[in-house]
Amino acid sequence: MATSGTQGLRENLRDLPRNFRDSMIRHEPPVSDRSRSQAVFTNLFLHIHSTRTHVRTLSASATFGLGVAALSFFAILTGTGIALMVYYTPSTDLAYQSIKDLHYVVPTGRLIRNIHRWGAHLMVLAVMLHMCRVFYTASYKAPREFNWVAGMGLFILTLALSFTGYLLPWDQLAYWAVTIGANIAASPRELTDALGITEVFDPGGFQKELLLGASEVGQQALTRFYLLHVIVLPLALAVLLGVHFWRIRKDGGLGHPGQTHNAAGKGVEETEAKRPDAEPQKSYGLMAIVGGTSSATDDEPGTTVPSWPFALRAELLVFMACTLICVALGMAFDAPLKEIANPGVPENPAKAPWYFLGLQEMVSYSAFMGGLVVPAVTVLGLALIPYLDREPEEAGVYLGGARSPRVAWQSALFGFVLSVAAVAVPVNFGWLRSWFPDVSQLVVIFVNPGSLLMAAYAAWSLGVLARTGSTRKSAIALFTCFVVGFLVLTVVATFFRGPNWEFHWSQATWPAH
Amino acid sequence: MSERLKPEPLPRRDFLGLAGLWSAAVAIGGSLIGMSRLPKPSVLPEAGRRFRIGRPEDFPDGTEEILTAEKVLVRSGPQGIAAISLVCTHLGCIVSRESAGFGCPCHGSAFGQNGEVGGGPAPRGLRWLEVSRGVDGRLVVDADREVAPGTWCQV
Ligand code: HEM
Ligand code: FES
Repeated sequence: MATSGTQGLRENLRDLPRNFRDSMIRHEPPVSDRSRSQAVFTNLFLHIHSTRTHVRTLSASATFGLGVAALSFFAILTGTGIALMVYYTPSTDLAYQSIKDLHYVVPTGRLIRNIHRWGAHLMVLAVMLHMCRVFYTASYKAPREFNWVAGMGLFILTLALSFTGYLLPWDQLAYWAVTIGANIAASPRELTDALGITEVFDPGGFQKELLLGASEVGQQALTRFYLLHVIVLPLALAVLLGVHFWRIRKDGGLGHPGQTHNAAGKGVEETEAKRPDAEPQKSYGLMAIVGGTSSATDDEPGTTVPSWPFALRAELLVFMACTLICVALGMAFDAPLKEIANPGVPENPAKAPWYFLGLQEMVSYSAFMGGLVVPAVTVLGLALIPYLDREPEEAGVYLGGARSPRVAWQSALFGFVLSVAAVAVPVNFGWLRSWFPDVSQLVVIFVNPGSLLMAAYAAWSLGVLARTGSTRKSAIALFTCFVVGFLVLTVVATFFRGPNWEFHWSQATWPAH
Repeated sequence: MSERLKPEPLPRRDFLGLAGLWSAAVAIGGSLIGMSRLPKPSVLPEAGRRFRIGRPEDFPDGTEEILTAEKVLVRSGPQGIAAISLVCTHLGCIVSRESAGFGCPCHGSAFGQNGEVGGGPAPRGLRWLEVSRGVDGRLVVDADREVAPGTWCQV
């Protein structure tokens, strides 16, 4: 007995690695289509994919990999961010020095900091482009309306993450950009002051106090921004990402031509995999016949391929490309670090990061309109697109539908001319105050180049609606105008604004100081 | 009587379940609402924004001086002494003194000699702050107390 007892133990010890692996991994080695599908199906991390993926959604031009790129940048940012937290100290006395240490002393600190900075820029870029691709392929239509709204949430969280991160180095750039940002939060005061009701109703002051925990940017603000940047916002983003991906799956995978939806617009239920129009979903029946290039649940044979390897490989490729770009940029270009924050002397010009510069340009007409009202209306308008435009259209085709490309080009031209005018007129001729020095502040708030531009875009989009009778074309008109306007204002603010926010054709003509 | 004989409209289990669910929801919601009071400070952390700027003799008649750390311009004249805040009323940058008055580097707001709006996005003129004399005889500016523009404080 005793010998067989030790014998058994010895065998268990010998088999331990294999038994442990078998207990951890629920599928067979991924050597066949069948076992790989089983892996996708049973693994927590892989099962966000269906076992099979439609080929149309895998072609590079279907998505340009932009959603996965945004996700990759988020992953890179999380990793490098945790590394930076090892040294970073969120105190006004130490923050700047700890960034300096990271930059000059800590081994690999500079590269990791650079990658974090570049990753942040690229994530914002990827999210914006992803949104454009989803819009122009009409992929926000039923049943994906809600996922578009979830996407808007992700967009806002992405911008908030980058805004809160901007303060942390506690250098001049950080201090003044955040001072301006916090005062934009306080800018409803412009209106309440003009109406003389700030004493009793002061939403602006409330917002600013909530953001800064004080009346000026200081330790309280740094603590709050740090908390938001490293815990609150990334967690919220991760949870919302889970919802985003879950909905892609439940909405029947990525939209592609030839896909039909039931009238209620609900995604395909798992148990409905045998419905003739259903996309292949995970189902027990499917597991048995998963080999080859088609499955019995698919009405057009040959249109789906196993997710492992085809989808996973594509995703890995995008991830590697993103990592490569970040590392290359991080090695070539250092993240900026100005002098330590000095509350007495503003940067001149004090420029926000590029994706906020369009806003900064509008803020230079009116803080309240340009900084709060225009962005709020834009975000709200974007979020409502799928509910205002419910025309059925095949998802997955860029500017599908007769004459859509024409509407897009005309709108791009219109958007371009008007946004250039919105800069050129005030630069050359001044604005209301230069013509009527005594003009009322209320008029200055509401009648400014930014708000007029927004109104003109809305009018143009309604005009397209009246002309074509199509809400989709009207949406294309509005979205295109906004994209072009955003680009123009961003370029102007980036390249053509110098000290005192004056217009300069090139940096060479900036006054020396 | 007849009321009581009617079948229960809501099964008892469902009622108890819903009651439990709702009391849990109310408890959690109530606590969250209570907690949401937390991030709004009831006392601002700044140690007050009154600062001493010196003795009256330091500011002779007809001169003005810029105090960078305090972000004010102190102007002294026959009518008294005045402190003008150098914080731009647009978005909080620090304006600089120019021959025509004040100019803001951030979005180009311009202010006249007395801080009145001359152009740009600033919604209102620069703030004039209260100047008083402390117990030790030195002048005190209170950045939280605004006075009407053009008010010269007698000290
Ligand atoms: C943190 C930011 C975001 C991440 C990481 C992300 C990730 C993804 C990924 C990986 C996909 C799969 C398809 C693809 O790669 O294009 C996707 C699809 C989608 N995204 Fe996002 N996304 C983000 C933000 C947004 C935004 C800002 C919107 C729009 C407001 C949006 C709306 C959608 C919609 C509607 C789909 C389904 C598209 C289809 O079925 O073809 N997402 N997202
Ligand atoms: S902060 Fe002075 S003009 Fe904007």
